[in-house]
Amino acid sequence: MSMKKVWMLLALVAFMVIAAACGEGEEETDSEETSAENETEESNEDENSGEEASEDGENLSGQIAIDGSSTVFPIMEAVSEEYTMEQPDVQAPVGVSGSGGGFEKFIAGETDLSNASRPIKEEEQEMLEENGIDYIELSLAYDGLSVVVSEENDFVDSLTVDELKKIWVDGGAETWSDVRDEWPDEPIERFSPGTDSGTFDYFNETILEDEDISKDAQLSEDDNVLVNGVMGSPNAIAYFGYAYYAENQDTLKIVPIDNGDGPVEPTEETINDGSYEPLSRPIFTYVKEESLQEPHIRDYVEFVNEIAGEMALEVGYINLPEEQYEENQQKIEEAAGE
Amino acid sequence: MRAVGDETATGYTQGKGKNAANISSREIKSKLFKGLFIGATGFSLIVLLVLLIRIFTQGIGFLSWDFLTSFPSRRPADAGIYSAFIGTIWMMAVTAPVSFVLGVGTAIYLEEYAPKNRFTGLIQMNISNLAGVPSIVFGLLGLTIFVRELSLGRSVLAGGFTMALLILPIIVVASQEAIRSVPAELKEASYGMGATKWQTTYRIVLPAALPGILTGNILALSRAIGETAPLIMIGALTYVAFLPEHLLSQFTVMPIQIFNWTSRPQEEFHFVAASGIILLLVMLLVMNSIAVWIRNKFQKRL
Repeated sequence: MSMKKVWMLLALVAFMVIAAACGEGEEETDSEETSAENETEESNEDENSGEEASEDGENLSGQIAIDGSSTVFPIMEAVSEEYTMEQPDVQAPVGVSGSGGGFEKFIAGETDLSNASRPIKEEEQEMLEENGIDYIELSLAYDGLSVVVSEENDFVDSLTVDELKKIWVDGGAETWSDVRDEWPDEPIERFSPGTDSGTFDYFNETILEDEDISKDAQLSEDDNVLVNGVMGSPNAIAYFGYAYYAENQDTLKIVPIDNGDGPVEPTEETINDGSYEPLSRPIFTYVKEESLQEPHIRDYVEFVNEIAGEMALEVGYINLPEEQYEENQQKIEEAAGE
Repeated sequence: MRAVGDETATGYTQGKGKNAANISSREIKSKLFKGLFIGATGFSLIVLLVLLIRIFTQGIGFLSWDFLTSFPSRRPADAGIYSAFIGTIWMMAVTAPVSFVLGVGTAIYLEEYAPKNRFTGLIQMNISNLAGVPSIVFGLLGLTIFVRELSLGRSVLAGGFTMALLILPIIVVASQEAIRSVPAELKEASYGMGATKWQTTYRIVLPAALPGILTGNILALSRAIGETAPLIMIGALTYVAFLPEHLLSQFTVMPIQIFNWTSRPQEEFHFVAASGIILLLVMLLVMNSIAVWIRNKFQKRL
């Protein structure tokens, strides 16, 4: 064993790297060619057999680029998981770069589907227009923002929207007795999702009406941190997605919200039929219209719309009313140019 | 030590009381600091122990062959780390050779060839500074250069290159240290025998420095294996139900998968995440053991 051997080994490694790099170049062209072939094949088939193509149980193949909100992720993950069983040759991986980060990639034309836990913003629409990207918006499910206090809290039984604002807004209530006179004179501890999250955006818009959130509020991007925070103290209050409440029902107390028609507690029914408001928010996916021309993406998008409600319930969100999905289906068909 | 100290103390007590007091106060101080250092070590050990115990009690139940060989799933019981595990290995296969060749090459140039002038000093300073740049910045760099400019897409290759850049400064600095610690006498002897610079570097300096260089490399790779932020930045995915087929395949890595599981509402997913962490720890341990083994193996020859 000498230095020579070591160097030969290193040379071998270097050679392999170079070989791999060259090989990869070939592969690239190869895969491009094949995908081009596939495309022509598929588009032919599409013309011939039209819409039934996917229902025939025909095998589709190709890649779909999906990215965006972490809130929508569990639904898309579930959909992709199911879809892989139907169409094993279609690769539909899901990325998580946040609603905003997802739109950035969508605008750059890098993704076919962009998940978002808030509607698209105006400046994002403008940029898409500039880049000549047409899209459709599909709402997939509802998330009911749940306001919770600790199990040990025995005085809060419901909150009106105004009281909620008073608690959370900067310069509002400092102690619980500021909110309602009969409540204890204890300081309020607030736990809120971070300002980057769509959850915060929605709360900010509907409850705070774009005023600043209380400086005392503890912000965290990890909702499990909020759950633990509010669990530990009888004077704490927090809000987050329904799924996080549903998983921690034993240790958290839900606060029914009164928007003028009496207190309503978020449940599958009240979120689904829209009576839990204003804290029910729809979550979306945005689809590039051009991508719908590709049969595997169109098939995937229709599949998403078909089972999103069911999958939503399974991972802790609430399905939309049936009409909404029918409306989505029409949007898809129109966008695909039929 | 104690006995000697005590003897001197008694010896001096007879003569000068002041000195004795001085000595005992010094002894107290010495003990105090000893206690402080034991405390510091103990504290970090306990934190580590608590963390490990928690991870193992949570994760051991989900650790199984199925966990290793299944793709992720919305159901915690079916969720596996297969695609992330293989993705990590693919990425490392790109990162390791690239960072080794570039890093060691730079180190050799800077130590053996570069003239000692201001420009070299500037490069040196920048390399040291780069080692402290937040990893997300490297992610932005990777996104701009590899993903968009070179249109590698969100591929294993782009991820591997980004990671290689991230750990390059560490490798350069560690390799430089190793090369610098080769005794000057060895080099001088080599030059004295009429060897050229390259012969000396290749036959004398590198063999002597190799253990240090390899250790530095493997420790740097251990850092790369645990990084998440730059990869999320370049668009590495989270749910992947296929394995990379070639260097331009899309991929995910273990830290991303683990992070995603820990942020789920369902508690079972936190246990699944713990299993993933155990696997990651095992991988790190294996890599570090290899580093130790290499060091011992090559050190004997000097």
